[in-house]
Amino acid sequence: MASMRDIKRRKGSIQSTQQITKAMKLVSTVKLQKAKSRAEQSNPYFNYMYQTVTSMLARSGNMSHPYLQAGSSSKKAVITIASNRGLAGGYNSNIVKLVTDSGIPKDEAKIYIIGRKARESLERKGYEITGDYSDVIEGPTYGDAAQICKEVLGAFTKGEIGEIYLAYTHFKNTVSHEPTLMKLLPIEFDEAELKEADSNTLMNYEPNEEEALDLIIPKYLTSLFYGALVEAVASENGARMQAMDSATSNAEEMISDLTLKYNRARQGSITQELTEIIAGAEAIS
Amino acid sequence: MAEENKNFQLEIITPDRVFYKGEASMVEFTSVDGEMGVYKHHIPLTTVLAPGIVTVTEPGGKKFAAIHAGFVQILGEKVTFLAEIAEWPDEIDAGRAQAAKARAEERLRSHSAEVDVARAEIALKKALVRLDAKR
Repeated sequence: MASMRDIKRRKGSIQSTQQITKAMKLVSTVKLQKAKSRAEQSNPYFNYMYQTVTSMLARSGNMSHPYLQAGSSSKKAVITIASNRGLAGGYNSNIVKLVTDSGIPKDEAKIYIIGRKARESLERKGYEITGDYSDVIEGPTYGDAAQICKEVLGAFTKGEIGEIYLAYTHFKNTVSHEPTLMKLLPIEFDEAELKEADSNTLMNYEPNEEEALDLIIPKYLTSLFYGALVEAVASENGARMQAMDSATSNAEEMISDLTLKYNRARQGSITQELTEIIAGAEAIS
Repeated sequence: MAEENKNFQLEIITPDRVFYKGEASMVEFTSVDGEMGVYKHHIPLTTVLAPGIVTVTEPGGKKFAAIHAGFVQILGEKVTFLAEIAEWPDEIDAGRAQAAKARAEERLRSHSAEVDVARAEIALKKALVRLDAKR
């Protein structure tokens, strides 16, 4: 049985860990609320963008636009959004797993990484990291998203990559987040959705349709990407909040267990002392 | 004949917020092909925006805003702007816009090889639009 002093020391250290996890939980709760409201505010923009692009493509039928066809290169770009900091439960490892299990061969993947934690593990697994934009996740702006999109699209038009994927954590609600792999380019739409969007109004384009597509599709991708960034930040804080919450309650459990053990050890030592004194007194008399 | 309602739904949406939502009788803006004014029952049209001032004519008066990059979808009863950046005049920092204008002009004048002329021109245009909206 551990001595009283050992138990006391252990209890003290767990208590201070619990204070840290509690504080981290509070911080991520506040951050989560902020990130959540940002994600909600960017939603209407994204929805309209999606509607517009779907209806444009529905009306234009089978156009041979470069953005609608896979490039000749077999390389696939994967924009991976994770976090710079750990202690967020399975948040980072889930994203890494998503990429490794996606069926994209290691030597064909070009990773554009956001988040140092995921970068470390992907590098260790032997993936090629083409670009690192980890600082963006600290406070994503639309400008950042546009900048990164431009670079990746540039590589696509130059023929360095044939397809573009986006791996991020979809924020369903505060407690449920889902790692998602999305194909950005070439654009694929659900046939059923296309038919539904094919409304009876005839749309005119100015400048002509092809040029309009040229200009609008990068914006569409940027908006998708921006939405993913904002959601990823919300998911990260949500995941961290949950992880810290369970860490705090685990610490609570351990402390009460140790308190019980400590009291038992204390009672044991008192009983022992008493027995020794009584035995001594009896021996004298 | 009863007076027809001349107003249509107007929405201006940016990635950060719903910038404007309301009824307007006319909206004027700059597209890549030049300036345009839209009334109700305009033919359906999707066009790409150039940096410029958007003038919204509401029943109560006119409102101005600076818009940079984006596109607009016009349907008979509804006009939707999807803008990357939109600002009301009182949100614009004139000092910063002035500084940005000076910087862009400087870069264009220098003619050095490192200068991305297209980028500098866009920066200059944005600064000018901001200053214009302020007035």
